[in-house]
Order: sequence, then structure tokens, then C-alpha cells
Amino acid sequence: MPLALNINGHNYTVEAEAETPLLWVLRDELKLTGTKYGCGIAQCGACTVQLDGQAVRSCQTPIGAIGTAKVTTIEGLEGTHPLQQAWVKHDVPQCGYCQSGQLMSAAALLGAKPKPSDEDIDAAMTGNICRCGTYQRIRAAIKDASGQSTPVQAAPVQAASVPAA
Amino acid sequence: MNAITRIKNSFAPKTTRRAVVIAAAVSGGSLLVGGCSIADVLSIGADKPDFGGFGPFIKIAPDGSVTVINKHQEMGQGNHAGLAAIVAEELDADWDKVKVESAVANAKLYSNTLMGVQGTGGSTAINNSWDQLRKAGASARALFVQAAAARWSVPAGQITVRNGVVTHGASNRSAGFGELLADAAKITPPQNPTLKSPKDFTLIGTDRVKRKDSQAKSTGTARYTQDVHLPDMLVAVVAHSPRFGGKVKSFDATQARKVPGVTDVVQIPTGVAVIAQNTYAAKKGREALKVVWDDDKAEKRSTDQILAQYKVIAAGKGGDEVKPQVFQTAGDASNAFGGELFEATYDFPFLAHATMEPMNCVAQVDGHKVKLTFASQIQTLDQLNVAQAVGTLPGMVEIETLPAGGSFGRRGNQTSDYVIDAVHVAKHLGHGRPVKLVWTREDDMTVGRYRPLTHHALAIKLDKDGFPAAWRHRVVTQSITKGMPTSKGLDETTVEGTKGSPYLKATPVVDGQVYMPEFPVTVLWFRAVGATHTAMVMEHTIDRLARKAGKDPADYRRALYRKAGADRHLAVMNLACEKAGWGTPTSAGVARGLAVHESFGSVVAQVAEVSLVDGKPRVGRVVCAVDCGVAIAPDLIAAQMEGGVCYGLAAALYGQITLKDGLVEQTNFDTYPVLRMNEAPKVETHIVPSSAHPTGIGEPGAPLIGPAVANALLALNGTVTTSLPFVKA
Repeated sequence: MPLALNINGHNYTVEAEAETPLLWVLRDELKLTGTKYGCGIAQCGACTVQLDGQAVRSCQTPIGAIGTAKVTTIEGLEGTHPLQQAWVKHDVPQCGYCQSGQLMSAAALLGAKPKPSDEDIDAAMTGNICRCGTYQRIRAAIKDASGQSTPVQAAPVQAASVPAA
Repeated sequence: MNAITRIKNSFAPKTTRRAVVIAAAVSGGSLLVGGCSIADVLSIGADKPDFGGFGPFIKIAPDGSVTVINKHQEMGQGNHAGLAAIVAEELDADWDKVKVESAVANAKLYSNTLMGVQGTGGSTAINNSWDQLRKAGASARALFVQAAAARWSVPAGQITVRNGVVTHGASNRSAGFGELLADAAKITPPQNPTLKSPKDFTLIGTDRVKRKDSQAKSTGTARYTQDVHLPDMLVAVVAHSPRFGGKVKSFDATQARKVPGVTDVVQIPTGVAVIAQNTYAAKKGREALKVVWDDDKAEKRSTDQILAQYKVIAAGKGGDEVKPQVFQTAGDASNAFGGELFEATYDFPFLAHATMEPMNCVAQVDGHKVKLTFASQIQTLDQLNVAQAVGTLPGMVEIETLPAGGSFGRRGNQTSDYVIDAVHVAKHLGHGRPVKLVWTREDDMTVGRYRPLTHHALAIKLDKDGFPAAWRHRVVTQSITKGMPTSKGLDETTVEGTKGSPYLKATPVVDGQVYMPEFPVTVLWFRAVGATHTAMVMEHTIDRLARKAGKDPADYRRALYRKAGADRHLAVMNLACEKAGWGTPTSAGVARGLAVHESFGSVVAQVAEVSLVDGKPRVGRVVCAVDCGVAIAPDLIAAQMEGGVCYGLAAALYGQITLKDGLVEQTNFDTYPVLRMNEAPKVETHIVPSSAHPTGIGEPGAPLIGPAVANALLALNGTVTTSLPFVKA
């Protein structure tokens, strides 16, 4: 049956069973592929989107349960979000597959707490797995985007100056 | 002695074990034809590419922009940037305008020079490309210099190139690459262009070498295999035998076919495929599928039983079925092990790579033509395996390589397992109809290809000063290379890191043997391969011996490194210790642990600060020092150290795949925990300055954190670690 969804400010009508997870409607029907499939059981956070500003796992969100809530996906951040700029500045991604989900969780965090502490970051971001281990840079980028100054490199890197021959 | 001088003098590019293995596997295949190279054979049937005059690695557009062709898989390690920087440095291109594209599959043009085939692994991307890409960049630069000299009628020696602009200072003339492009492309490239002296590098070694893909990967626009949508594309999932070595006896697809969106259910050699119009329908279809499995030849043991058998084998009581291979000997072992011995055993579980993007592949088969769109890691191996499955020539297998959502070794494997799943379904569909084969997380975790379950048993005779006088070492582990065409004898990946260790070099008598039992569980290289267990065994053993001798673990290592002539180890360890404040007091309840290990040509030292929280090790800070030759991209090297620590720590703390009656007990991240934000340590990276040929960086940071934590626990409360993971389920 047709279902109306508001995604990134646009209205869509989708033909799918109400039990269908939002993840698959976004990816396979609407071709909004920035939202990733990682585990299917809300354990990894790769599929994180926002419903009315709250971070949710779209793999466990049936489209029938969304109602009039506004869906925001990574595409909805439009590449201009301060977090996205901080992500690029800090070269956060490695393989990059989890980063849409990381960004959507981080954006929800900043929506609720404009200047999050380390504990706030732990609480908001621990549901998002990154197998490449970019956590340190994610933390630095969130701090940076929220105006809490942090060096680009969390630790001093002794540059590979070339020794005199 | 100055360690850096020694490194500079001694360096030669190192072929890694994995590279040798892959080259041997492929060149040992039946496709070798007399007089032809493997690359020639593989190219039969392939389209002949057309380059614009600068060779297969560089494209320059009329607007002057430079595109570097990357023959390697970008799976997160950052080679898109590192390789492009090598070209940009020698070409003197404007780094901000350099773009990177993935190469097509073509072994003749794009072989890994350390493997002999096109492929990425063994942390060789930079190592094998260094000379090749410097030459490519310098050659292109020479063409622009010549073109400008001819146009302006000035001596080439007076021309400079900077940021993509060619200048003759004396006459105040300059032109961009774009303006000189037509002239430059007509000139025959020099065979041996002059390369820059490392002291003249302006890009390499600076933090200007940033990733080229951060923008796409921070906006959801990077295109992974999972994101591929082609016209008329179907999606397939495959039901595989839940036991290793099992096969389909019969299946009933009645209910599966009734699931809306399911278009077909078909048996393929690797299981039963459910084909559907979308991913969700395919998954639902498979849930409704009933398969009866033939477990006659399947593995039905539990991991406890397999490990118990390993211990029997290590004791030399495993019978004739599993014969040992000698991996290292020194001195006369016959009378060296009398009296009191230090004995130790270590057990390591199977590990799943658990990449964020599960395995997947988009395939199209049209008669003898095959098109694959996916994150191929060893393109040549995939071409060979797919050609065999379809009955075509490897050169007819076209591959568009996409970035991988992680690999850690998983995507390049002996049988191209998930690729073959896709190809069989595409062959069934025919007519070039695209199908995306998707492994769910559960497939990815249970279908196999694990870091092998491994047992080490050591007996060490100590001299009067507490240093090893005789070292007996037994390893029991499955061979990773078994089944590859030329895998006879020793599989070096089973012992790398123990074999050749400076500690064994410093020991007068060595008796090292490895047993490689065979059974159906499938295994594979895992980030850092053999070092995932050997680093733990060697480094924790050394700390135990140091404490037994009443010596500081760093001092104890120093003595052994000096004896072994391991100057790089010494320099790297000293740097890590200095930066970590080794020997200075820690906060209450915190202890430091040290580990030093060489892998993939690079030496890494890590000092971890560890406490216990609710009985679990908590790592607060890790100081890394690394010697990887020329540091092309220092910030990306730091990123690989940070990531390596997290990946290695996840495995050491939690990682284990167990079998019960042959069935894998872990299916997803709820039962296979990994490291999360709240447990991620602060990692600091310090690079040993070097102008030596660059060596590996993707893997060498991963295998040390386990032993560093074990050694910290030893310092904290005397706990000896004899098995991983630290936290048992």
C-alpha cells in the first residue's frame, strides 16, 4: 500500500509493506544510498538517520511506524554541515562506510547538546561502530565543529623530515 | 651507531610473504603458456587501452588537471592519496588539483611489482609503486620541460616546474600543463628520467598530503558496491551450508517463491541462491527457503575439540597425519634443552574480519563476456577464478574496481568466494543482466575465511644472565595458502614474525617447527596475517623472561637487539619509550606495556597505558613509534597507527569465532563485539625520520596492541596471558 514519507524536506509516496525497514526503502526504492547497511539488527549504526532530529537505526525502523515524523538522511546535511566540514578537515574517514551513520549520530548530538563533553560524545557515539578505528578523529571533529578548539592532530606527529645525507 | 644511516644503507624493497604467496599461487596455475608471461596470457581478450602520452598512470586534461591512475584497492588505508602524492611530487603538479581514479583490471599494465599480479595486500601498495610512480611523474615532468624549451627556444636546464606551472625565469615566461599538453604528449618519454633528491621533496613528508576521498566519504556520495544500481538489476542472497564442507542435499523453494519480489530460486555450486527485485525481498525469500544439507564430509567438531587436538599435535603426539615443517634452526638442539626450562603456551581463536560493508559483488555475464563491478582486491586472482567458473578467458573478465567498505584482507582470497557466488547467479540469468550479490552480516560472519585458530608451545633454556640460550618453538595452525596451486611445504604466513625474530637471532640454539593440520574450516590472511599471533607470542614471552631475570623489559630487549644487530628495532623502541615516558611513574592503577615488532618491512613499537575497569583491560593511551622508510603522508601514517591499534585491540579484547558441533556460534555484532568509541584509546604517532625506500603501513600497527596490553597487565598485577581474547564471552 502507498505510504507517505517526508525525507530531507521532500514528500515521497512509496509502495511497500508497512513492516519494511526504512533502510531498504531509502536504499533500494529511493536510491538514497548514503545510508548504509551494516548489520540489520541495530548493532552497528551504519544505517543511522534522524526522525525529527533524533538518531534512529533505519534498519529497525518499519516505514509504517514513521507517521508524520520528518526523516533526515546524510543527503539532508547537504555537505554544508559544520560536522561534515570538520570531518574533511580532520581526514576522519578511512574506508568511509560507517561515516554517514557516524555523522547522523553526531549531528543529532549537536542538535541536543551544542557543546558536548567527552562523556556526551561517548554516550551518543558508542552505538556507531567503525572497524577502521577512526574514533579519535571523530571525537576531535565533533569538538572542532562545536567550537571546542582542538588541534587537528590529536597527538604530535614528528614529521618525516629527511635526514642530512 | 646511527640507526638512520644503517637503515639508509641497508634498505632494499622487501617482498612480503603474502606477495610471494599470491605470485606463486597465480603463476603456478595451469594458464602459464611457454614463452608468455602471466600478464600476457591474462591480457588475451582484454580491450587495448589508449593513453594520452603519459603512460598508464597519469592522465592530464586540457585544463591542466592531473589524474593519477591507482592500480590498488582503496579500502581505507589511504593509498589514493599516498600514491598520487608520489606522482605529484615528481611531476611538480598542483596537489590541490590532482585527482585519483581506480585502474581497470589489467595485469600487464597494473601488476603489483612485488606480487607479479594485479592486487593489493601485504601492505605493499606504496612499497611496490614507489619507483614506478616516481619514474612516471618524473617522465611526464621531463616532457613538459622539453615542450616548453622547444616552444620558447631556451635550454631545458633553465626551466623550472612548480605547482603545475612551467616557467622560464630569465625570459619571464610561464605556461600551465594544459597549454603545453599537445606538444608534450607528442614527445617520446625518457627511459630513465632524473628523479628528485629526497631533500628536494616539497609535498612528500608534509601534512599537505591529505586524503582525496574525505569529502565524498563525509557526504554519503562515495559509491560502494552496495550502492550500485544498474538498469534491470536484481539482488541475490545465497543460502550456504551452515557447516564447513557441507553441501546441498535438497531444497524446497515453494514458500520462498511466494515472497513478493522474489523472481527465482536456483541451486548454484556454492549453495542455493534467492534472486529478487530488491535486497529486502531477497532476504525474506531466503528466510522462507528450506534447505536440507548433506553434512557427510562437513566439519562437525567444536573449537574446544580442535584446540585440544592442536595441543596433542604440538606435543608431537598427533600421529603421522600431520607432519611438522621446520621453519628455523640454529646450533645443536640435541643437548641444549636439559635441566630447567621456561615453558609457555598460547592459544588464539578464529577471527572474522567483520568489515563494515559485508562482502558483495555486482556481476553481469553475457556468453563469454563478464563484467564485475565491486571492490576487487586481487583483480588477477578474481579474473582467473571467474574465468574458470564461467568458462572464458581471464582477459574477458572486465572489472570496475570500487572503493571497499573495509577489507583487512577479506576481499582478496584464494577462491574469490563471494565473487563466484555472484558470477554463478549472473551466469544463470545470462544476457548481461546485472545482479548484486549481497552477503548479509550473518553470512559474512558465518560463511568463513577466518584468521586461523592457532596454538604456540615454547620451551626456552635460559643462560646464567636470564637470556635465551636455546629456544624450542612449535606452532599449530591451518595453512592459509593450502589449496593454492603451488602451496607445498612451508606456509610462511604461519610463522612470519617468529621466524626471523631478532630474539631468535640472538639465541644460539633454535628449534622451530610448524604443524599445519587440514580440515574444512576456511581460513585467510587477516590484517597483519601471521603477526596477529606471533607478535603476541614473541613480545609477551620476552616480557615474561625479562621479569624472570629481574630486568626492565626495555633494557632486556635492548640487550637482545644489540646482540642481533636489530638497530631499527632499537631506534624505534627508544623513540616510543622516550615519548611515552617509559620508566616514569604512572597514576595509581595504571601500568605501561611495551611491544616491538617488524612486519611488512616496517618496525613499530607501542607503549600502552592500561588499567582495569570492572575486571576488563582499559587502554587509555598508546604511544606508537614507526619506521616505515620515507614517510610520504605523515598524517595518514598516523591514521593507520590509530586504526591499527583499534583493530588489533578489538581482536585482543573480544575477538573470537567459535564452533559448536561445527556450527559458528557468532552471527553479528551482538555476539562478536568489537571496539567502540567509549573504549578507543588516545593514540600518538611518532615517525622515525628516514629517506629509505618506503615500507608497509596498513598492517604493521595492528599486531602490537595485544602484547602491549598483556605486558601492561603483567606489570600491573603479574597476570600472565596465555590465550586471547582477554575478555571471554
